[in-house]
Amino acid sequence: MSDEPRPTVIVDDLHVSYTVYATGRPAREATKLLRRATSMRRAREVVALRGISFVAREGEAIGVIGRNGSGKSTLLRAIAGLTPAKQGAVYADSDPTLLGVNAALINELSGERNVVLGGLALGMTPEQVRAKYDEIVDFAGIGEFIELPMRTYSAGMGARLRFAIAASATHRILLVDEALAVGDADFQRRSEQRINELRDEAGTVFLVSHSLKVVQETCQRTLWIDAGLLRMDGPSDEVIAAYNESVK
Amino acid sequence: MSQPPSHAELAALAARHNLPKLGGRPPLPDYLRELWGRRFFCFELARARFRSQNEQDRLGVAWIVLRPLINAAVYGFIFGLLLPSRSRQENFVASLVVGVFIFQFFAACLTDGAKSITGNAGLVRSLHFPRAVLPLATVIEQLLALGPMVVVMLVVTLLTGEPVRLHWLHMVPALALMTLFCTGIAMMTARITIHIRDVTQLLPFITRIVFYLSGIFYATPKSTSGAQGALATVLEFNPVHIYISLVRGAVIVGEPAPAGAWLLGTVFAVAFAVFGFVYFWAAEERYGRE
Repeated sequence: MSDEPRPTVIVDDLHVSYTVYATGRPAREATKLLRRATSMRRAREVVALRGISFVAREGEAIGVIGRNGSGKSTLLRAIAGLTPAKQGAVYADSDPTLLGVNAALINELSGERNVVLGGLALGMTPEQVRAKYDEIVDFAGIGEFIELPMRTYSAGMGARLRFAIAASATHRILLVDEALAVGDADFQRRSEQRINELRDEAGTVFLVSHSLKVVQETCQRTLWIDAGLLRMDGPSDEVIAAYNESVK
Repeated sequence: MSQPPSHAELAALAARHNLPKLGGRPPLPDYLRELWGRRFFCFELARARFRSQNEQDRLGVAWIVLRPLINAAVYGFIFGLLLPSRSRQENFVASLVVGVFIFQFFAACLTDGAKSITGNAGLVRSLHFPRAVLPLATVIEQLLALGPMVVVMLVVTLLTGEPVRLHWLHMVPALALMTLFCTGIAMMTARITIHIRDVTQLLPFITRIVFYLSGIFYATPKSTSGAQGALATVLEFNPVHIYISLVRGAVIVGEPAPAGAWLLGTVFAVAFAVFGFVYFWAAEERYGRE
């Protein structure tokens, strides 16, 4: 046990559910109409994860695969401490940073201002943001668009800028949720390189992706989530082979 | 590796490597420290929102003062010309403009504060930071709007014949106290909206009732009996009216702040700020579950 790398994230029997405000309860009898009117808008509970356990260690890149709605993104959000556990716990040695498709940027503002805002939101000081600014803009590689409001960006350009901002801070734990899917080939290559760098700095990277090829190339280990449960956890080749088998 | 370890093993492993448990609400001192660490983010967010809010219109930031000015003009037309009454203040125009402008600050903190968590779901879902940043940024954004409003307010009072005087400085502590009060209000409405979304539907009515009970276009009744007496009591203890009369006391010679207003204003400011903050913090872990 002692020769294994240090654990960075421990997920222990994690259950997560969301409160959703929605209708959807049919009236069974006409006489219950009145009661229906009052209970209609009750908050409903949607269970997203129902008991997941695993240990992630230093220097690991872990792929997370599964069907749409299986709970992949919820798992990352829970590890990032954004969605509280209903039962069970997540232990992590530093603040994990989530890089999602819809990150925290203001569309009305220019890319420049968003770089500053994003850096500060990640907990950098204004000096650190200034120091990193050129690096971020170079990495995003969106040219003069950096001066235009983000609402004028294409999906791919927005994703590039967000990834560049998030990857600028050195994270011990980086969670990437489909953020690479929209970039072009060149950007995907560079971001995979950045993920490898982060991993070499003894960090841990989680990568949610529907592109099994990307997962296979970037991650040695893969978690297969199915209907909120951990279906399989092991070397990427084996897990992906089993997953392919099941969707056939 | 494919067999998941047991609950006890995992907890022991976490303990051996000193991994803290995530989520949950940090103790108040830690929370305040985290909040202080994100002060640049909070300020930058407020500034960015303030700009983006007004960039679309041709007149841009000018609307910040134009909107309440037009508002004051409309109320002035209705209550000064169509429904004149002896209960109007001596310098009606100055009094009305101060009332409408200062009330605007409160109303914006109330309504935008209520939306500060639900309206920023993207931020809340993707980044980890003390959520109190959001209602605080709302109040700072409104303070940025208050700056130009105060300048226009002073210009209007000068035009109505009020003198430039040292008393103007009383505005600084008055608005500081009001900001504290509004921070408490924004924190409270931010959390209440999480529990009951429908509150946002009621806010326009609440705002209007408070508006009519804040003595914007009538002077404090002099007689204290019957309905008039009740109104006097409401005005005396309505925090918004207290802050408005403190600012009027600073800029309008004929309307000195009523006795006890400073004391009451301080008590309300501290009470609302402390209660609002603790109330907001107590639900910290709920904000991510929406």
